[in-house]
Amino acid sequence: MRAKYVLAEVLVGLWRNVTMTIAMMITMTVSLSMLGASLLMYLQVDKMKEFYYEQVEVSIYLKNDVTPEQRSDLENKLKADTLVERYIYETKEQAYENFKKMFGDAPDMVQSVGPNEMPESFRVKLKDPTQFEAIDTEYKELPGISTIVDQQQLLSKVFDVLGAIQSLSLIVAGVMGIAALLLVANTIQVAAYSKRREVAVMKLVGASNWFIQMPFVLEAVFAAVIGSLLAGIMLIVVKVFVLEGSLVALTNLLTPVSWPDVLLMFPILAGVGGLISAVTAWITLRFYIRV
Amino acid sequence: MIRLDHVTKTYPKASRPSLDDVSVAIEKGDFVFFIGPSGSGKSTIIKMLLREITPNRGKINVNGREISSMRSWKIPHFRRSIGCVFQDFRLLPNKTAYENVAFAIEVIGKSKAVARRVVPEVLELVGLGGKEHRYPHELSGGEQQRVAVARAFVNRPLILLADEPTGNLDPDTSIEIMRLLDRINRTGTTVVMVTHDSNIVNQMRRRVIEIEGGRIVRDQARGVYG
Repeated sequence: MRAKYVLAEVLVGLWRNVTMTIAMMITMTVSLSMLGASLLMYLQVDKMKEFYYEQVEVSIYLKNDVTPEQRSDLENKLKADTLVERYIYETKEQAYENFKKMFGDAPDMVQSVGPNEMPESFRVKLKDPTQFEAIDTEYKELPGISTIVDQQQLLSKVFDVLGAIQSLSLIVAGVMGIAALLLVANTIQVAAYSKRREVAVMKLVGASNWFIQMPFVLEAVFAAVIGSLLAGIMLIVVKVFVLEGSLVALTNLLTPVSWPDVLLMFPILAGVGGLISAVTAWITLRFYIRV
Repeated sequence: MIRLDHVTKTYPKASRPSLDDVSVAIEKGDFVFFIGPSGSGKSTIIKMLLREITPNRGKINVNGREISSMRSWKIPHFRRSIGCVFQDFRLLPNKTAYENVAFAIEVIGKSKAVARRVVPEVLELVGLGGKEHRYPHELSGGEQQRVAVARAFVNRPLILLADEPTGNLDPDTSIEIMRLLDRINRTGTTVVMVTHDSNIVNQMRRRVIEIEGGRIVRDQARGVYG
């Protein structure tokens, strides 16, 4: 009887105040989907770092007038260097092939240069990708070297942008989250007021506190769970229609957002949303239903 | 059954105490009237016995339990041993007589089957047989108070508290409600009633405790309003 009673109370309570319930669910959906997006981005950035740092190299470009002695001196130095894990040598021809591949859809550009305009280079893989400074100071004054480029520095700019987007969505999640919690508090107040007679009688005859408060708390949790479901669906929609739809060209450069990660967001968002709104509802009740 | 020991209660911001060093003992099965002018502190006693408020000083013992220092999570269970009726009935307007009484036992965890057995019984006892499915607005004031008494009594409490139960009723109806409370008292239930209805007090000839300015000025077995 108790479970049935509580469930009926929850549904009646949500329906009685249906406009507020909808407002509560919408703000929760937006807030939780922003939270989900920023969590996904967090997981994503981690994966990408792993993936790209495995591949980043320091490119040591050689001057066009480099002498064979300078080149072999450099190679010997690299071979002996303890910071270097491995390196490969890229000739002008190989560089030109890569260039052609990269800009295959711009034939004018490819035709305007030949292998001779391409610099030869050493592609160096460091044992620790953060040790670029040491390599840079050690090699940049050597004869025959034109520039040293650290790919990690290019990448870190990309990660900075992703980090900024992530912080932004966290801020939106926070602000919307506050709005959602205020709506939860308000909904609970209205519900407690509309049932004040019942609550007074329940207290008088000695109904336990959890029994009095449970329907109100579950109302908030129910709305939060619905909101988290909608938020999860939003994330799926964004993945399918935006990341793999209109922005596919951009996202191909990044590692794809995996389905397990997206599906993992459902329980996380439901848990976070449910717990936070249950606590909010319970605290609100402590002020409105005194023993 | 009920013992107040040097109980003093001063509400916040009040200039003088509502109850000032009050000591009184009520035995099991007693029927006691608390009388006195408005603001004398009568209702404060009811609120304390329900543990809605606590005294500033002194001890209150009900059913052998010290309630002035009772932890708040124990209060609901404590209240199940006490029934209470009020001047304004406090019925749920959208529930029938039956549902009002059944609500009181279902919310403390009894099953619907128990309610189906005991609710008609107690409605019969208070003289509402045949009117179970009327809503409060379809009942007279006296009948509404009977529903309230049924709700207070359905758990067979050891103590029945009545805060001016006849305050909204005409004299004849009041007498009927008093007969009902008397009948309940005869089942062994301790009845504590706050009133300033002199007719009733004089007719019942029960123990009368008069309070004035927060102090007991008279405690008389088989007393009158005087």
